[in-house]
Amino acid sequence: MSEKWYEKAGEQGGVVVSSRIRLARNLKNYPFPNKASLEQKKEIAEKVKRALEESNSTLANSFSFIPMEDISRIQAVSLVEKHLISPEFASDRKGRYLMLSKDESISIMINEEDHIRIQVLGSGLSLNECYDTANNLDTLLDNALGFAFNNKLGYLTQCPTNLGTGMRASLMLHIPATEKNRSINRISGNLTKLGMELRGTFGEGSDAKGSLYQLSNQITLGLSEHNAIENLKNIASQLIDQEEKALKETAKSIETQDVISRSLALLKSARLMSNDEAMKLISNVRAGMFTGLIANADYAKLNRLNEQIQPATLMTAEGKELTPQQRDIKRAEILNKEFSGI
Amino acid sequence: MLCQSCKKNEATTHVKRIVNGQIEEYDLCHECAKKMGYTNLFSGFENEWNSLLGSFFGGGLPSKTSATRCKSCGSSFSEIAKRGIVGCPDCYDTFYDELLPSIRKIHGNTQHNGKFPASAGKQLAIVNELESLQEQLNEAVSRQEFEKAAQLRDRINSLKGGNQNV
Ligand SMILES: [Zn+2]
Ligand SMILES: [Zn+2]
Repeated sequence: MSEKWYEKAGEQGGVVVSSRIRLARNLKNYPFPNKASLEQKKEIAEKVKRALEESNSTLANSFSFIPMEDISRIQAVSLVEKHLISPEFASDRKGRYLMLSKDESISIMINEEDHIRIQVLGSGLSLNECYDTANNLDTLLDNALGFAFNNKLGYLTQCPTNLGTGMRASLMLHIPATEKNRSINRISGNLTKLGMELRGTFGEGSDAKGSLYQLSNQITLGLSEHNAIENLKNIASQLIDQEEKALKETAKSIETQDVISRSLALLKSARLMSNDEAMKLISNVRAGMFTGLIANADYAKLNRLNEQIQPATLMTAEGKELTPQQRDIKRAEILNKEFSGI
Repeated sequence: MLCQSCKKNEATTHVKRIVNGQIEEYDLCHECAKKMGYTNLFSGFENEWNSLLGSFFGGGLPSKTSATRCKSCGSSFSEIAKRGIVGCPDCYDTFYDELLPSIRKIHGNTQHNGKFPASAGKQLAIVNELESLQEQLNEAVSRQEFEKAAQLRDRINSLKGGNQNV
């Protein structure tokens, strides 16, 4: 089995779970997806597929081509749980196609909101590396397909919110201590003014599951890719600093230490485990590893588990539908095994 | 349609998300969407755009907007404004003047700065690179990072001199 991107540990792995770069691109001479026929959408998909196959780039040869109508709803939802596609892309699969690299670090959504959405994921703080990959892939596809562009407005996109670079850079941050301080709302309000957004990764804003938040840029016109990424890293480093300090402080209390130890014990031996509870416990263990209360920080394992235990991903691995209770049993089994040595 | 969360305001944002392995869809008002973390500029922008369009008609301005259609995809500006999405790349040429105020509102800017496709030409490449370097240079100077500033200035000078080997 080839190693997936989320099985590798990355820089700043205690706080930064993953990095993501997404580029929105459209072909010249085709209407945007909202105006394109199924025939045109299929043609676009064939062109993208061929462009990748015919380039002799090493980047291109590990992709599989997936017409979204050919996979089940559960498989599609699992791809959302692994952040490889958007909920929108999974819910209406007609005329939509996915190109997915073997290690699942690169996905190309075809006919989502734009003709092409190139997305590159990486562990920890790795925005520059992700951008380099996305940039190379973009150049390769542009040479073969010719992207719609305007000297003033940049890359032309179906929604004007993506004009310019068409780039959305994001970081998935694990910030339980910041969340506990109740300062998330204030921070995210301030970030909006700076053209950035902070919101829950799973679930909603105020009670993000597993204390996982996504920080991303909102402005794409007028700011170069380089500067947008630097701005984001700048803000992220302040959030990381703040989180590290707060976490180290709370870890001194016996109450916090107790919560972390209990969390690990539950992961080792509970027989039924809901998704919400599991994410909460894994979050506590991550905090424990970060503060040294749990030895041998293995963030890569936690990253992998956060995806593996999601409902549709569990069912996809089992190859069949499971009732909620069957899922809770299966989830507990996986976690018992994975945490037995920690 | 009323917002499914507060059941008071008009819903402006359609949201899809995954809950327990299922896709769920919601229609939310701007405030509720914001409260739940869907603070994208789009929901506010749609209102903005609609009111902008409203003022076009209200002011009795000559409406190129209703008569003109994009020659490539057939979209009219009112159709674009209503849906908040554009029909095709050529719409941006056809309705450039109409779209610009909203674009400025969204991004606070109307001039692209960054990567461009090969077809946009080498000249533009240099112009864009220069602008980006100049931006970085100003930043470096304001932070008193003089070593970095000197390096950036060298790159700018060599680009202006036509030397590509930087
Ligand atoms: Zn509401
Ligand atoms: Zn058009």
